[in-house]
Amino acid sequence: MIEVRDLRVSYGGRTVARVPELDVAPGECVAIVGESGSGKSTTLLSLLGLTEGAEVSGRIRVAGVDVTAASPAELRAIRGARVALVMQSPQAALSPTTRLGTLMRRALKLHRVGDAERVMTEAVRAVMLDPAILRRYPHEISGGQAQRFAIALAVALGAEAILADEPTSALDVTVQAEVAAVLRGLCAERGLALLLVSHDLALVSTIADRVLVMRDGEVVESGPAARVLAEPAHPYTRELLEALP
Amino acid sequence: MPRYLIRRLGQALLVMAGVVALTFVITRMVPGDPAVAYAGPKATPEQLAEVRERFGLDEPLWVQLGAYVTDLLSGDWQTSLHTRRPVLEDLYHAFPASLELVGAGLVIAVVTGIPVGVLAARFKGRLPDFSVRLTSMLAVSLPVFWLALALQTVFASHLGWFPVAGEYDSALDTTSPLTLWTNITLVDALITGNWPIFTSTLSHLVLPALVVAAYPAGVIAQMVRATLIEEASQDHARMERALGFRETTILTRFALRPALNPVLSLIALVFAYAIVNGFLVEAVFNWPGLGRYAVNAISHSDTPAVAGVTLLVALVYVLANLVVDLLQGVVDPRARAR
Amino acid sequence: MSTPAEAAPLRRTLPRVTDRFALAGAVLIALIALAALLAPWIAPYPPDEVNPFDSLRAPDGAHWFGTDAAGRDVFSRVLYGGRTSLFIAVTVLAVSATAGVLLGVVAGYAGGWVRDVIMRVTDVFLAFPALLLSVALAVVLRPSVTTVIVAIAVTWWPWYARLSASMAASIATRPYVDAARCLGVPAHMIILRHVLPNSLTPVLVQVSLDAGGVILTAAALSYLGLGAQEPTAEWGLMVEQGQTLFTTNWWVVTFPGLAILLTAFAFNVLGEGLRNALDPRRIVT
Repeated sequence: MIEVRDLRVSYGGRTVARVPELDVAPGECVAIVGESGSGKSTTLLSLLGLTEGAEVSGRIRVAGVDVTAASPAELRAIRGARVALVMQSPQAALSPTTRLGTLMRRALKLHRVGDAERVMTEAVRAVMLDPAILRRYPHEISGGQAQRFAIALAVALGAEAILADEPTSALDVTVQAEVAAVLRGLCAERGLALLLVSHDLALVSTIADRVLVMRDGEVVESGPAARVLAEPAHPYTRELLEALP
Repeated sequence: MPRYLIRRLGQALLVMAGVVALTFVITRMVPGDPAVAYAGPKATPEQLAEVRERFGLDEPLWVQLGAYVTDLLSGDWQTSLHTRRPVLEDLYHAFPASLELVGAGLVIAVVTGIPVGVLAARFKGRLPDFSVRLTSMLAVSLPVFWLALALQTVFASHLGWFPVAGEYDSALDTTSPLTLWTNITLVDALITGNWPIFTSTLSHLVLPALVVAAYPAGVIAQMVRATLIEEASQDHARMERALGFRETTILTRFALRPALNPVLSLIALVFAYAIVNGFLVEAVFNWPGLGRYAVNAISHSDTPAVAGVTLLVALVYVLANLVVDLLQGVVDPRARAR
Repeated sequence: MSTPAEAAPLRRTLPRVTDRFALAGAVLIALIALAALLAPWIAPYPPDEVNPFDSLRAPDGAHWFGTDAAGRDVFSRVLYGGRTSLFIAVTVLAVSATAGVLLGVVAGYAGGWVRDVIMRVTDVFLAFPALLLSVALAVVLRPSVTTVIVAIAVTWWPWYARLSASMAASIATRPYVDAARCLGVPAHMIILRHVLPNSLTPVLVQVSLDAGGVILTAAALSYLGLGAQEPTAEWGLMVEQGQTLFTTNWWVVTFPGLAILLTAFAFNVLGEGLRNALDPRRIVT
């Protein structure tokens, strides 16, 4: 689903992220962990060409499309419909003057998804939300609900992969578990490829199959989650784990 | 929402009271003998004494202010020195024409300013953006009376594409007389189906309205551009990009609505400029509105008339601001929650 | 005594004014100001030298901008008109900014009923569209350059009062101001040494943005006959004098009009550029 080789993202000559290899297969959940400034978010955004003003080089194949060589129209076609993005601050990610239902309907229309009403209701139910929420504005719902709605967008559009940038970091601890459960469920039941970025190792340990550890733009360690988190090979990974409460 | 309404209304009333007081103060500020303001510079000593008696100019200021307010409320806005008619009557006849002109100008300004601002934001940093910024800067720096003269000379006098002056061809008053409903010529002509007068007014309206629209259009374009650029850098714009929407769609379908809020307040502010610019435009194009009335009054040192126009316009402006404030609650649902 | 960064203090940001617009505007204004100041030396003719035989000449080698109905050289009159306009602009802004800022700072710092009263008063002044109030005032007073200055200054001060009131109000809540209060520093000292200097940057931006507007308003007042009188050379007055001749002798109206446009444009460009450079968030470009 997602295939990355020799990715390099730079801003004005300064390399911000370098990833030699990154693969996510359908039904797999891969996590990129690291501290702020490690380049993990940049890596994620570059997969959909969302890093404005950056120079991106390397081979990025997402949903069969070569992202670095794709035309703007081709990129727009896979965004949302094949690969979806879930952002860190859920309510900030939603247009404040647009009702949730309106946003979803427009996105469905954009990607020519038929039978909108049914698709919308099903998608919202799949993330355990009440369809009545579609009439609300973003400032009228909670952070957890907003995040689940963002995931519902991905489901409604039929995305085969989800890129999640710190999806739980802005949420309360109790809500974090709910959102994590939804993501895990989608991975397992619908066979979605999930690429997760987080600095929360505890969350990662519950969902991820494989883990990449990044530091200052470089990948320092990668491998199956169970192995990396239990027996870290790299000293930095060990430091991160030790910092856990 | 009702509490908000009451508070705003109270504020507006307070300001209107202040406006009346300030206008009163100005009329009494004539250096030397205030009676000259009401009798005219050519008045005889007897006429001056009469005016002093009638307006109680020897009384303490409180009493004078009280009399002034009572007069205003009972419909006595003094008599024009020049037209010799009650000022209120003159204002009543002139007001609709000004409304017509300013209305047309603002409509043109909004209809051109917003899309142009969107264009500039969409192509930020490139040629369309630069041209828009340059043009709107120029639009905002133009002396209105000069632009009016220039357009009139070039397009009306020289090229003959538009009429030189007036609201419509006065010959039509006999051949196709207008029935008055709202007193606004364009509107009345439309609802009574009076096409000769409608088209004549429209063609007379083009040049003056364009001049009135210049400044507001420039300001609106700049404001829309700035607000859209800021909105486009927000998180939700990135999300919309991630959903596959085109940049232009993001600007017009999603970013524009929250951007309209500051634009709405801007329109209220710009309304004031439009009115005032309208005055100068009316003078040049001989448009039968408040502006022409005021400019004539000025050249005849007709203080009562000028005071009347000032008061009316200020009061209308306060009302307009009130309306805009309330409209904002409708456009932006977040404002309702405040 | 450190200065807070919230309003980008002038000393630290002047070097950063590299925005092309600001630079272009500044250069243009410098040129205009220079031309105006040096008018007595560079003007080819005295501005009020009447020459009935030379009246209404088209622009040529002897008269770059042609002559008006009284045979006076338009180019020289435009130069001298610049002196009048710039003088008016500088005086108006100095007076209204000073008065407005003082009142505003007092209002913002004092708070309570003092602030309410002053703010209501500004509301009343701001309820009048700017030119209108100036016109009403100028009609009542005798037409002259002084009248124009007074009339415009009266309508402009409320903006500065409002602006500095909100700046002062936010600064008044800063911890170091509280500290000064606890130490027993008298109110007027606090205002002078803490509140005032930090409220100045937005005021300066506003002044440069307003200069263009003042020039336009002054020209409009003169056009209406309420400002400078014959034989003074003033741009608005020149347009009024020549307007009936526009179709036949375009130069009499065009050049003064262009002068107004250019000057207002230069100030607006400078103001925009300053605002962009000094805005802590740097939204535009």
